[in-house]
Amino acid sequence: KTMSDVLSDDGSINQDDSQEDVMTPAELIAKLEEAWLNEKFSPELLESKSEVVECVMEQLTHMESNLQRVKKGDAKASVHRMEIDRIRFVLSSYLRSRLQKIEKFFPHVLEKEKSRGEGDPSLLSPEEFAFAKEYYANTETYLKAVALKRMPPNLQTVDLLKAVPEPCLDSFVFLRVKERQENILVEPETDDQREYVVDLEEGSQHLIRYRTVAPLVSSGAVQLI
Amino acid sequence: MFCEKAVELIRELHRMSDGQLPAFNEDGLRQVLQEMEALYEQNQSDVNEAKTDGRSDLIPSIKLRHCCLLRNQRCITAYLYDRLLRIRALRWEYGSVLPANVRFQLSAEELQWFGRYKKSLSCFMRSLGGAEAGGEGLDITQDMKPPKSLYIQVRCLEDHGELEIDDGTVILLKKNSQHFLPRWKCEQLIRQGVLEHVVS
Repeated sequence: KTMSDVLSDDGSINQDDSQEDVMTPAELIAKLEEAWLNEKFSPELLESKSEVVECVMEQLTHMESNLQRVKKGDAKASVHRMEIDRIRFVLSSYLRSRLQKIEKFFPHVLEKEKSRGEGDPSLLSPEEFAFAKEYYANTETYLKAVALKRMPPNLQTVDLLKAVPEPCLDSFVFLRVKERQENILVEPETDDQREYVVDLEEGSQHLIRYRTVAPLVSSGAVQLI
Repeated sequence: MFCEKAVELIRELHRMSDGQLPAFNEDGLRQVLQEMEALYEQNQSDVNEAKTDGRSDLIPSIKLRHCCLLRNQRCITAYLYDRLLRIRALRWEYGSVLPANVRFQLSAEELQWFGRYKKSLSCFMRSLGGAEAGGEGLDITQDMKPPKSLYIQVRCLEDHGELEIDDGTVILLKKNSQHFLPRWKCEQLIRQGVLEHVVS
């Protein structure tokens, strides 16, 4: 299911209410920016948003070809160019954030993806999965060839899941609440504190431990900022 | 003292905290591996003696050597892995062709790792947007900074030959010449040190 089916040239929405995922270009870009900020500020790798990436790339191709048709030197051209560059920057930055986390936590990311349930959303796009596997193989092969196989027999393996650190889910994040949440349990930080419960009002902003709000980030109830 | 050479390898990298890459310490690595071989052999013979002659007094030194072996393994893998991270950063900093003085610091195997990483990254970028789109993917090593202005003033720091921009014009990048060029065309050349962004 692609956006190009539903986006017409002037960017209006098709009047087909039976289809889900009907979006204007503006809504698509807003979704991209949300995914970008969440990925940037989250300590762990978030769910893959392949559909958004594909649709944004289609949108960019569409905008580039529109730009070819505009007369050179027309003031509109530079505004369009700027917008294309802006969107491409956000998309690249989003994909870079993800790649950096994939490389940083590669054994854990692969483990998580391999052990997820059938119906669970993907952590990695198919391309990212291939990249992660190659990164793992490349690194493991290198370590074995250069050092491990020259070590005593009982020391020739390294458990990469133990050796490579996991993301720190207890890091603090800033967020804005999009959908009101009630009775969020906040863990104590010191021994003399006790756990307590908060309500998150729509539109409010908080500084809170990522672990507490991780499910709310993936459901879209809160936006990391 | 055992493990001293291994710790020295770590210190060597720790000293260069800005991500610079020193030359690969082949000698240092070899010395640590030799120490591991010696420790292992001593342990093998002590374990045999402990079993056959019931020499349980040997057990503390067996345990100590085993700890040193694990520490050496850990230091070596940390040294090699940290270097890989720095090498990875080079792809994003310099592009797929490394300057000669940087390439000199990598071992042959590290160059192989770099080659495979480059290829994997390239493959990933080409596949973006879905195979059916039939496009060329997206080069995410570009657009590293949010676009502020369309065109920027740059000065050429060294002779770099000709540069063709999107509308077909060819610019001659001669040392010390200044040009007003599209920002996206200059990014990588600025990072490589060929051009300098002139901010008036």
